[in-house]
Amino acid sequence: MKETEYDREFLVDLYERMLLIREFEEEVKFLFLEGTMPGTIHQCQGQEAAAVGVCSALEEDDVITSTHRPHGHALAKGLTPEEILIELFGGGTGCCRGKGGSMHVGNIDKGMPPAIAIVGGGIPLATGMALALKMQKRPQVAVCFFGDGATSEGAFHEGITLGAIWDLPVIYVCENNLYGASTRVDEITRMPHIAERAAAYGIRGETVEGNDVLAVHEATRIAARQCRDGEGPVLLELETYRLTGHSRRDACHYQPEEEREAWARRDPILVFGRALCQRDDVEQADLDRIRCDVEARVAGAIETARGEPAPTLADLTTDVYA
Amino acid sequence: MRRLTIAEALREGISEEMRRDETVFCLGEDIGVPGGWGGAFTVTLGLEEEFPERTLNTPIAELGFFGAAVGAAIMGMRPIADVQYGDFLFCAMDQIHSNASMLRYMSGGTVKVPMVMRAPVGATGRGAQHARNMERFFVGVPGIKVVAVSNAYDAKGMLKAAVRDDNPVMIFEHKLLYGSKGARTESGAVDGSCEVPDEDFTVPLDRAAVARDGEQVTVLGWLLMHHFALAAAETLATEGIDAEVIDVRCLSPFDYDTIGRSVRKTGYVVIVEEGPVTGGVGAELAAGITERFGEYLMEPVRRVASPDVPVPFAPVLENAYRPDAERIAEGVRLLLQSH
Ligand SMILES: Cc1ncc(C[n+]2csc(CCOP(=O)(O)OP(=O)(O)O)c2C)c(N)n1
Ligand SMILES: [Mg+2]
Repeated sequence: MKETEYDREFLVDLYERMLLIREFEEEVKFLFLEGTMPGTIHQCQGQEAAAVGVCSALEEDDVITSTHRPHGHALAKGLTPEEILIELFGGGTGCCRGKGGSMHVGNIDKGMPPAIAIVGGGIPLATGMALALKMQKRPQVAVCFFGDGATSEGAFHEGITLGAIWDLPVIYVCENNLYGASTRVDEITRMPHIAERAAAYGIRGETVEGNDVLAVHEATRIAARQCRDGEGPVLLELETYRLTGHSRRDACHYQPEEEREAWARRDPILVFGRALCQRDDVEQADLDRIRCDVEARVAGAIETARGEPAPTLADLTTDVYA
Repeated sequence: MRRLTIAEALREGISEEMRRDETVFCLGEDIGVPGGWGGAFTVTLGLEEEFPERTLNTPIAELGFFGAAVGAAIMGMRPIADVQYGDFLFCAMDQIHSNASMLRYMSGGTVKVPMVMRAPVGATGRGAQHARNMERFFVGVPGIKVVAVSNAYDAKGMLKAAVRDDNPVMIFEHKLLYGSKGARTESGAVDGSCEVPDEDFTVPLDRAAVARDGEQVTVLGWLLMHHFALAAAETLATEGIDAEVIDVRCLSPFDYDTIGRSVRKTGYVVIVEEGPVTGGVGAELAAGITERFGEYLMEPVRRVASPDVPVPFAPVLENAYRPDAERIAEGVRLLLQSH
């Protein structure tokens, strides 16, 4: 099987990164339901392979844009659980100094501007980031994460049109989790695959098994190379499923039970863990140990985050202008 | 010294800034087309000859290319994005409002958005959808600076200051003031040309200009209305009324120092605005003046603005929509008489 083509360290690292996101999201969900975490949250349990598969194929100085559902992207891009958690708690030392919150986490020094919570709003933005990279003759690529719901926005059409005519180094990554809020994707388009829309812009599109972290990694690696060779953009559609509510206390009554169960069996962490154990050099005990480490790491981050001071009232009116 | 039109001054300012700093680039519709128009009002005419790589003609996709400008700005470029008519800013509004204006704050001060936006405004015989004065929609958007240029000197100086500023700056320009030539000549144009020095200069983005000293009443306007206010002041002078005329020019932030100095002196204020009176920039200005200098006001602030209607087409109606020198003078007379 193809897992054998990679070395152990790399694969275990992918597993750990996905698990970190899952553990982070589960703990955040608990904190939120418990009432200790303010605001609202959009979580990505079930979609970890997308975030990790894509970001593991990027260089550290590549850049990404994210959406209202950004925690996984941020962790995968290298933001620490601490800086995100502090932000979620509204702490003054969070990645956005308490002025962003869950829907706007980001850290420009790590290649991620604040996430854009206007559906589709990141698509023209990422296009412009890629335009800058090209004009500055830098080798990096920009990756734009968005959902299936965003493909109906004018911003999708306008952003990709520009990326395409200017041959920009940008990978448009659509995480097709079958739903935009409660609305199923087949109600918003007659196209069976979002990747097919690439043809309308004269760019390459590819539908990828989005819960297979290696498939996502490979597709991104190839797309990134294509972009760096001046042959971008690329539209990647990652087929996946959200194993949690859209936001807050959503009970997902609009998802058929069989569908949910079928996708739960395709849980990217479960599937990848099972595949890893097929290798001679990985045992269940190794994975259990990783789980313990990740749990301890997130628990520690929560403790740290809880202790961070809130912004002062003087911070209200700073950072409006440069 | 040579005289330049506003269109020429802007063009010169843009090319000087592009020469000075290679991160500066232009993007917009129908710009950079050899044999083309240089945008809707000739401002970018010929720019592509010197800067073929940095004069980006875009598809008709305002949301897309304003977003691209924001993205490029946060990556270290200094884009100058223009719309053919200010009205189209609505198509780009999400990228301007949700991204350009907010990214700095949302990032806790770690992201910079140094971009310039240029938009022609004003009623000019084109009917309702190519006519709006868009200032009101951007004043009161924290994170964006807003200026309006009424003469060539300011146009060049403020354009340069805007390019060098690390924030998103919206520059409003009036179609009747450009001095566009050839096929792009506007009927009813008003002369916005003036002497513009050769050497490098900037005009601050937060200072109003006292264009005419006076003792009895302060008349505030910008763009075309500033020119009409000056004309009104001439008429009033023949009647023995000594009006101070201020080109507000910086609409966000307002220069309350300069405005306040005048209000304390005269005690009477007339605000002139092209655009519906309700919810206009003048409403904010009136409230701001009243809060700050209310004790010096002899009478409540008076507004001379357009009626609350879309911009009409028929010349007779459009002229009735747009305040003119006579209506401004009458506004001043009524204010002073009510005393
Ligand atoms: C312009 C805009 N319209 C509506 C919303 C409200 N909204 C937030 S998320 C969402 C669904 C987005 O679906 P999709 O793009 O598939 O992303 P997913 O939530 O599945 O990750 C909606 C309608 C919004 N944030 N922005
Ligand atoms: Mg979706």
